[in-house]
Amino acid sequence: MSGKMTETNVIPDASKAELLGYYRDMLLVRRFEEKSGQLYGMGLIGGFCHLYIGQEAVVVGVEAVAQEGDKRITAYRDHGHMLVCGMDPGGVMAELTGREGGFSKGKGGSMHMFSKDRHFYGGHGIVGAQVPIGAGLSFADRYLGNSCVTFTYFGDGAANQGQIYETFNMASLWKLPVVFVIENNQYAMGTSLARASSTAQLFTRGRAFDIPGEMVDGMDVLAVKARASAAAKHCRDGHGPYILEMMTYRYRGHSMSDPAKYRSREEVQRVRTERDPINMLRDAILQSGAAVEAELKAIDSEIKIVVSEAEKFARESPEPDADALWTDIYLPS
Amino acid sequence: MASLILLPALSPTMETGKVSKWLVKEGQTVTSGDIIAEIETDKAVMEFEAIDDGTITKLLVKEGSREIAVNTPIAEFESDVAVPASVSPPPAVPAKKPDEVSRGPAAASMLQVAARDTELPSDVEFRSQTVREAIRDAMAEEMRRDSSVFLMGEEVAEYEGAYKVSQGLLAEFGAERVVDTPITEHGFAGLGVGTAFAGLKPIVEFMTMNFSMQAIDHIVNSAAKTLYMSGGQMGCPIVFRGPNGAAARVGAQHSQDYAAWYAHIPGLKVVQPFSAADAKGLLKSAIRDPNPVVMLENEIMYGHSFDVPVVDDFLVPIGKARIWRNGSDVTLVSFGIGMKHTLAAADELSQLGIEAEVIDLRSLRPMDTASVIESVKRTNRCVTVEEGWPVGSIGNHIGSVVMQRAFDWLDAPVLNCTGKDVPMPYAANLEKLALVSVDEIVAAARSVTYR
Ligand SMILES: Cc1ncc(C[n+]2csc(CCOP(=O)(O)OP(=O)(O)O)c2C)c(N)n1
Ligand SMILES: [Mg+2]
Repeated sequence: MSGKMTETNVIPDASKAELLGYYRDMLLVRRFEEKSGQLYGMGLIGGFCHLYIGQEAVVVGVEAVAQEGDKRITAYRDHGHMLVCGMDPGGVMAELTGREGGFSKGKGGSMHMFSKDRHFYGGHGIVGAQVPIGAGLSFADRYLGNSCVTFTYFGDGAANQGQIYETFNMASLWKLPVVFVIENNQYAMGTSLARASSTAQLFTRGRAFDIPGEMVDGMDVLAVKARASAAAKHCRDGHGPYILEMMTYRYRGHSMSDPAKYRSREEVQRVRTERDPINMLRDAILQSGAAVEAELKAIDSEIKIVVSEAEKFARESPEPDADALWTDIYLPS
Repeated sequence: MASLILLPALSPTMETGKVSKWLVKEGQTVTSGDIIAEIETDKAVMEFEAIDDGTITKLLVKEGSREIAVNTPIAEFESDVAVPASVSPPPAVPAKKPDEVSRGPAAASMLQVAARDTELPSDVEFRSQTVREAIRDAMAEEMRRDSSVFLMGEEVAEYEGAYKVSQGLLAEFGAERVVDTPITEHGFAGLGVGTAFAGLKPIVEFMTMNFSMQAIDHIVNSAAKTLYMSGGQMGCPIVFRGPNGAAARVGAQHSQDYAAWYAHIPGLKVVQPFSAADAKGLLKSAIRDPNPVVMLENEIMYGHSFDVPVVDDFLVPIGKARIWRNGSDVTLVSFGIGMKHTLAAADELSQLGIEAEVIDLRSLRPMDTASVIESVKRTNRCVTVEEGWPVGSIGNHIGSVVMQRAFDWLDAPVLNCTGKDVPMPYAANLEKLALVSVDEIVAAARSVTYR
């Protein structure tokens, strides 16, 4: 990794409760995703299913600075975003299994879930399409005169879509309160960043539009939180958009059917052993004495129960009623 | 706690798999995330990871075992962590098979026979090929023949196609002619049009046609209209191709049929083959055609095998339908994957004593309506079948043409069997209901024959 990387070394001023909260949320995403992979293998989840394993620190660090009313929008690799912004794991899992109890009543699937209540605007399957929509969400906030911010997530592959630059121009021109969170996991399906992008540093892509940007260690939840906090403040203070390029990594294939032969097993293993966001936070917590092993173990057991219960709900929720085929196409006028 | 490790489903369309390699031994301890086996699916060899910390106590299938059904126990496992007491372990449920769009290989034997083209010499040999291989061969043959032909799209080169259609092409033709693009459909479709104006013959692959919506402005405004706008000076010899329509459970944004959309556009040619032979012959014709051609493929059909003639240069003319089955009671008109359901329905109808004539349009623009009219004049009834939505459908167009040109021959209204007028739902039961079905085709044919 080249370029400017913001480093925050171990435990600045985070409280114990905060640290354990990040640990818990990252672990929830990890265990939930492992369970999703397992249910996919059993045929209970179908179609495309994109796991977030390895990238947990990004969403947890960003969500740590979100205030009530802030909005978030992302692509299809969306399970982590939903769990951490407070959507019920059972409802997410039931959507994955295509059941009535899912957030989209079983009609959306893994890639398409939404929650008005939690200000989660999807869940989008077309690469890059969520980015102008995210700017629109922030346009509405500015229009309504509140101080909310929209976190708009997209991938390194999506960063080459033309609509992103149309959005950058408008967002900067109109000083929209939107944080563009680029989740640079180094690959877009089987294509590494170097093979698809003329420049390596995606955080500089806003320069032509006067949007400040920086690179962040996306495996370090505390670094993510620190920089997300500065970016959100920039937006709330009326200075317009901000770009955060999160350097991260996905451990699994692009989706469940990707054999991932475009990278070596060693490359994946190296990140897992040296840079794993959950292990790094765990070590930091134990070293700093913020908590003891037994406290973390208790969180592990709690998460196991949460995920098992989500699974149970998702298995027991019935398939949608046949009539649901014909509903939700129009609102009554 | 002891449990069983079951053979996982590792692709949307996988039903059985092979344990190609065990990476653990009996008695070995593993941690969550360790790769324990390599499993061969219908598409690729996948690594299969442990999902818990524990010990592999027993391997239940031998390395190299094939055709193992999804969810068959393949190993015994002793987990380190007790399952929390409040939740009982989930019962093993039988796999839900990915929804087969129609009723399996019912019509398979007929496919072999009917695939033989009457225009070919009688002593021609055939070999069985998948649609996937036929499309690859068509591109390779045309690239060998004409150095101005090149392929570009997402994951076409190093990954060899997201659906493995371009296998071997990078190795044979090199990176100058098999070009991986960034995810910028609008950009590379326009760029492709520019290369065609300048004399090259691009094949632009969309990973799926759903993403061609990002590029539709260039397909319609730049590729299709320029010849006309330039008073005939500037042709655009380009092929846009990729899988179209529903796959299995991939939801509303990834399951759309563009047949009617592209067939609407003057200046474009549109083909949607069903068999491997037609896919090959039509694609070769499309690459040679001096006009822009859209070829609509189908992910589910990629793995289906058909007899393909072994001849040096097998071309299928654009704009000519094929009759797959002769019958005198009703004309069934379809194209693409719709043919699969239609042929299955024709088999069922035959058991009821109704003999259907089945026409595969193959090309949607230009469309061989003459063959349809000629058939309807004999059967006096017509049912159309497609996956797309009902409003402004291909079936609507055929109904209108038949009404205008064969009104006096009709004994019943032309019926259109289509996908339902809703975005594609994800839930397994709803997706099945949304798709056009064999039962619906049989019912429509019975209704127009009053039987
Ligand atoms: C417009 C469009 N083109 C192609 C695709 C197919 N596709 C889905 S995900 C993907 C890769 C995106 O990579 P990236 O933006 O890096 O996100 P990541 O999957 O790494 O999270 C592609 C090509 C799509 N969904 N939409
Ligand atoms: Mg990526």
